[in-house]
Amino acid sequence: MRLKKNVQEIGVSCLFILFAIIPILAPAIGEAFYVDVFARIMIWSIAAVGLNLVLGYGGMISFGHAAYIGLGGYTIAIFSFHEINNGFIQWPVALLISGLAALLFGALSLRTRGVYFIMITLAFAQMVYFLGVSADKYGSNDGLNIWNRSEFKIYGLDFSIDDNLTFYYLTFTILILIVFLVRRLVNSRFGMAIQGTRSNESRLEMLGVPTYVYKLTAFVISGVICGLAGILQANFERFVSPDMMDWPRSGELMFMVIMGGMGTLMGPVLGATAFLVLSEVLSSLTVHWHLIFGPLLIILVLYARGGLGGIIDRGQKDG
Amino acid sequence: MIGVKKMVSPLLRTRALNKSFGGIVATKDLSIEIFEGQICAVIGPNGAGKTTLVNLLSGNLRADSGDIIFEDDNVTGLSPSALCSRGIARSFQITSIFPEFSLLENVCFSVQASLGHSFHFWKDVRADERVINPAKEVLERIGLLSRANVLAGNLAHGEKRQLEIAMVLATRPKLLLLDEPMAGMGAEESRHLVTLLNELRSDYSMLLVEHDMDAVFALADKITVLVYGKSIAEGKPSEIKVNNAVLEAYLGSSES
Repeated sequence: MRLKKNVQEIGVSCLFILFAIIPILAPAIGEAFYVDVFARIMIWSIAAVGLNLVLGYGGMISFGHAAYIGLGGYTIAIFSFHEINNGFIQWPVALLISGLAALLFGALSLRTRGVYFIMITLAFAQMVYFLGVSADKYGSNDGLNIWNRSEFKIYGLDFSIDDNLTFYYLTFTILILIVFLVRRLVNSRFGMAIQGTRSNESRLEMLGVPTYVYKLTAFVISGVICGLAGILQANFERFVSPDMMDWPRSGELMFMVIMGGMGTLMGPVLGATAFLVLSEVLSSLTVHWHLIFGPLLIILVLYARGGLGGIIDRGQKDG
Repeated sequence: MIGVKKMVSPLLRTRALNKSFGGIVATKDLSIEIFEGQICAVIGPNGAGKTTLVNLLSGNLRADSGDIIFEDDNVTGLSPSALCSRGIARSFQITSIFPEFSLLENVCFSVQASLGHSFHFWKDVRADERVINPAKEVLERIGLLSRANVLAGNLAHGEKRQLEIAMVLATRPKLLLLDEPMAGMGAEESRHLVTLLNELRSDYSMLLVEHDMDAVFALADKITVLVYGKSIAEGKPSEIKVNNAVLEAYLGSSES
């Protein structure tokens, strides 16, 4: 048990060290565009860590988390459209909106179980998607450009994230913070309560634990984390479109979590990294890269039970 | 107060409890009493309404009529969790544990539930003495402390049943409702559990529903015999053993 934890921690450190040195490493090997790839990896990692809270730890198969990414991103874009660029206004509002949406959608979805839960979370997310499509004022299908990234101006402070390197390290810091937060969360009494619902919900209810409120709280926290990822994504790409909250995005996010290892702390980060690096490498080899990528994902899910994190754990046990 | 050991009123009593499912009467005019420190066994043939009685007392079912009085309060109709916090806890006939978690964590779930809400987001449960210490105490009491870090799913059946009881004890009950704790156990495991329950009797009152007659006669202070939801006899084990009505009803027919 102790050993397993150590291995995970070493894995975590290695990955984070890689993230930290990419802006130096990538230009050195003449592949500077990898800085952008890794910025995206970290943003998706944040979202995957958020989804993992409900999917991995709570056993709630949400097929609609792209909605919260989208809401976070669109809030930034709409503020920017109306020339309100102050991050101290944009970010809290964006987080609030994704949290409220998660509260509303979660409150209704969590009354159902199994396939119905999957379908209803998907339905809510598609509602948000079509809201984006129908918003003519905000670009509808074509999306919306963001001319200015968030500016953090308050009194004497003036912090700009226009510079890509600054942005990269901001994202890096946020990712570490989120991983740390989730780690505290899942080991707390609250975390035990949501993990207990995954394992044996009826028993927990018999013990007098109102599982619904804990699941809903986890769902909201997860939505807010995805909202944060959306904020970062919008700022990074300087662009939002309904596509970022379409259902394939929710599916990809789920894939990252499942691939990396559900219910493990670093699994989602591993999964997001593997997913995006693989698609980057394969798409540079051939235009028909989906033909290779798809089966690869299926094989991973079928044979690497517990995901990439699981493989590492097992390798450790054998060794 | 000190020195006055004799309790006048029973810890739990029911008054004319009735419950039926459609046309089937599961509990009929049942009045039982459990005094503090007693182990009361409820026996009866299949379908006699034993589990229904446990469900009524634990709040999992609501009685059609009648009252349940616990510590002089009328607790009829309270929810399982409300009853649990008052000190009535039950075990289940079918083992229901958290298989992916260690024994210690399983018991922690119970302790946590008994401590009130779980909106504690920061402190590590495994370092939270308010959760861990009571959980360890219970495991020690039940003789499973050495196995605290074993995954519950990997336990033998008998040990799972023991864990089930540990989880009940961890809610700090005054009254244990044990629904066939020996179900599916081998003779050796049963004897072990009898010993264990015997050790617990000084601290807890129990209502024991059980088919294993050796266990019942070894443990019970008082036995109630149910047939079709009705109590047909009540008394000390020695009295029940020779009661003709019981022999007839329970064993199919007496030797005539």
